[in-house]
Amino acid sequence: MPAPVLCQSCGAGRAALRRPKTGRALCRACFVAAFEAEVHGTIVSARLFQPGETVAVGASGGKDSTVLAHLLRLLNERHGYGLRLLLLSIDEGIAGYRDDSLEAVRRNRGRLGLPLHVLSYQELYGWSMDRIARHVGPKNNCTFCGVFRRQALDRGAALLGADKIATGHNADDVAETVLMNFLRGDVGRLRRCAGILTGGEGTLPRCKPLKHAYEKEIVLYAYFQGLDYFSTECVYAPNAYRGHTRTLLKDLEAVRPSAVADLVHSGERLAVREDVRMPTQGICQRCGYLSSQPLCKACVLLEGLNRGLPRLGIGKPSRLQKALTGAEKPEAGFQEDSEQSSNAVRTIDF
Amino acid sequence: MKCKEGPPVLIIRVGDAFCKACFKDYFVHKFRATLGKNRCIFPGEKVLLAFSGGPASSAMVRQVQEGLSRDAAKKLRFKPGIVFVDEGAVCGQDLGKRREVHSQVEMILRATGFPFHLVHLEEVFDLPGSILRSISHNATDDSQSYKEAVDGFIRRQQQQQSERTGDSLPGQLSELSVRCPPGKEAVEVPGPLSVSHTAELTHLFRAVKTLTAKEELLQTLRNHLILHVARTNGYTKVMMGDSCTRVAVKLLANLCLGRGAFLAGDTGFSDSRHGDVLVLRPMREYSAKEIAFYNRLFGVPAVFTPSLDTKVRGAALHRSSPPVPAAQIQRPCSPPPPAPGRPPHYPLISFLYKLQSEFPATISTVYRTGEKLGTTPRDAGGDAEPERCLLCLCHLDTSVVDGSSLQSTLLSEELCRKPPPSAGSGCCGGAPNETGCCRSSPTAGAVPSQAVLFPLLCYSCRLTVKDMTCLEPLPPYVHSEAERRQRRAAMKQEIQEFLLEDDLPAS
Ligand SMILES: [Zn+2]
Ligand SMILES: [Zn+2]
Ligand SMILES: [Zn+2]
Ligand SMILES: [Zn+2]
Repeated sequence: MPAPVLCQSCGAGRAALRRPKTGRALCRACFVAAFEAEVHGTIVSARLFQPGETVAVGASGGKDSTVLAHLLRLLNERHGYGLRLLLLSIDEGIAGYRDDSLEAVRRNRGRLGLPLHVLSYQELYGWSMDRIARHVGPKNNCTFCGVFRRQALDRGAALLGADKIATGHNADDVAETVLMNFLRGDVGRLRRCAGILTGGEGTLPRCKPLKHAYEKEIVLYAYFQGLDYFSTECVYAPNAYRGHTRTLLKDLEAVRPSAVADLVHSGERLAVREDVRMPTQGICQRCGYLSSQPLCKACVLLEGLNRGLPRLGIGKPSRLQKALTGAEKPEAGFQEDSEQSSNAVRTIDF
Repeated sequence: MKCKEGPPVLIIRVGDAFCKACFKDYFVHKFRATLGKNRCIFPGEKVLLAFSGGPASSAMVRQVQEGLSRDAAKKLRFKPGIVFVDEGAVCGQDLGKRREVHSQVEMILRATGFPFHLVHLEEVFDLPGSILRSISHNATDDSQSYKEAVDGFIRRQQQQQSERTGDSLPGQLSELSVRCPPGKEAVEVPGPLSVSHTAELTHLFRAVKTLTAKEELLQTLRNHLILHVARTNGYTKVMMGDSCTRVAVKLLANLCLGRGAFLAGDTGFSDSRHGDVLVLRPMREYSAKEIAFYNRLFGVPAVFTPSLDTKVRGAALHRSSPPVPAAQIQRPCSPPPPAPGRPPHYPLISFLYKLQSEFPATISTVYRTGEKLGTTPRDAGGDAEPERCLLCLCHLDTSVVDGSSLQSTLLSEELCRKPPPSAGSGCCGGAPNETGCCRSSPTAGAVPSQAVLFPLLCYSCRLTVKDMTCLEPLPPYVHSEAERRQRRAAMKQEIQEFLLEDDLPAS
């Protein structure tokens, strides 16, 4: 029998894991303590919260948001942040997908003793994802789902009177997004996506307390703490880019274990040339949500859905955007216009 | 079709067919246009072409030849020279093979008629510490005397040229020999290889644990050596043969290596990190495909020089030029598959090619993303210009910003390492104590621990150094410059309270 490896931190306990982030062998207690101390460290040094704030925690039932809710409640008590926490879940209306994950959220709510609010797409937008899927086909689903979800949290949190939204984005998510935005040439997002506290002006501020936590460590933490979560891989096929990027990230980690942190560091330090024109952030004429166009993406998609031309909003903000913002264009004119563009839809490059 | 005459031989983009003559015009024009657009090479300036033997730098040398042989109106007016760095020692080549590559390269370079410099990577062990300093044009420090000499030399040359154009005076002879080879003094072939340096070099690379770090280190040393050749021979520009494809790969690779702050300098058209010598990338608008075509159609010779990976097992982030196998040339429209004979585990390369085959705009989009990046540090902490990295000479990106990834990583490391001081690197276990035993003998020969070197390195170069089992085999110039910087930092610490301005020209 080989001698047990001792914890490299306390030197006493038997090591239970090798930390992905540092490569060190730790005992269970030391890992849990370090993980909690690090998230606390991030919250304090990045000044994510102010005493007295109401924070809506986006709760999907997945591992990230489950660990986030658990940690925020724990650290709020332990360090006296003085926050009022509430869980906010969005029900997209995908049969069999949310049913189970919402169940997981409800179980956790009981355990955490935090108020839970569930808002559905149906309530927020008048459309459930399953109904949307029937209209747009399975290929463009994730566009709708993602756009609506981003806003759903904002709309819901505002409805509940929250001051801030906390999301479960982890270091792997941020690294992946940095790569994706780089591949897509979206420098505006490239600059924003690595931020830990974003928003304000019109929308609620959002923060990512788990921004520096490795996905694997989040799973390890949930495992050691006996947290129950539901795997929330979307049932509709994820887009090809993200799939490839995720695979790449895993390959990179195999080559260099710090790859995730290295990418996040790169994202934080990227400098966009001063003379590069950035899309000006305005506010949606219709709903008031942040948007670089006169109408936000969600309102455009919704308009498409409601007009029975659901795929119009996908792709470049072009004719529909113009048609919709072209003040009070006569309905007949718009119909004509959309007739033509529905022919063009087939060639739109997604 | 561009013209209506010649038979189409290739299609670069859909609907863009070229005959052979038009393709040549297009290719040659692009090179001149790139240089013209950026207006940074002065007439008569000495420009060093970094030749690796690969397709892109071979095509680059040919472009300069074309440019110089043209009629006066369109002629390039700088004075080229070529440098080739023999890296055989770290690529597992024996002496016989190295000699073979050598004579092959020498033959190619001699045929260009340009002065050339064949140097061995082993020569990094004789480099001066000043290679790690960025030398500004208006430096007044005494230690830059050779730089001033070079400047003066060029100034005199230019004066002489403007005063008596056409005269062949003794002073101009050396310059003329640049144009009328083979002038003996213009060709630098290395003397006998120092066997001990070869052993030192092998020892150094054996101390590096990962292929990624090996590639990073090799590139760093190569750049230093090329810079040294440029400085000692009065070249004020260095041209690198990075193609568009390579720029895209490099952008992504460096992004993944934590070099986000440096992408513009690492891949842009011009890079001024060394101060006196500007690095240019005139091939960055050509795709690897275009270059492969050009070389094939116009008989540009290339040398096969192995890279690290053919010898070492294991995966790397990919650094050497993207492979364009011969089979690719017949089928211009498909993306190049991974070259046979190479390990297929270049995550980035295979990723990019896979994406490129699904989304044909991938490489050009990545390239264009790079175009939008700048060098301005986002969080310039204070007015003083940040120090430069000891190895890559980029401005340090290691200030610990609140809420940053670096801060979190440092905290994680601190929390995971507590009581038993692991007897790792250095005599005091790498304790960051300034007065500890590591600092007590700052004489030459003292082996710096990682903790001592770290404050002098950028985020990414720290990762490279972290992958080394010991730092002792690093070439002496790295150690001597590190010690010099530490002494200066200590000095500054001592006199801090009397300083009114924070930023003294330290180098
Ligand atoms: Zn322990
Ligand atoms: Zn809107
Ligand atoms: Zn033609
Ligand atoms: Zn560096």
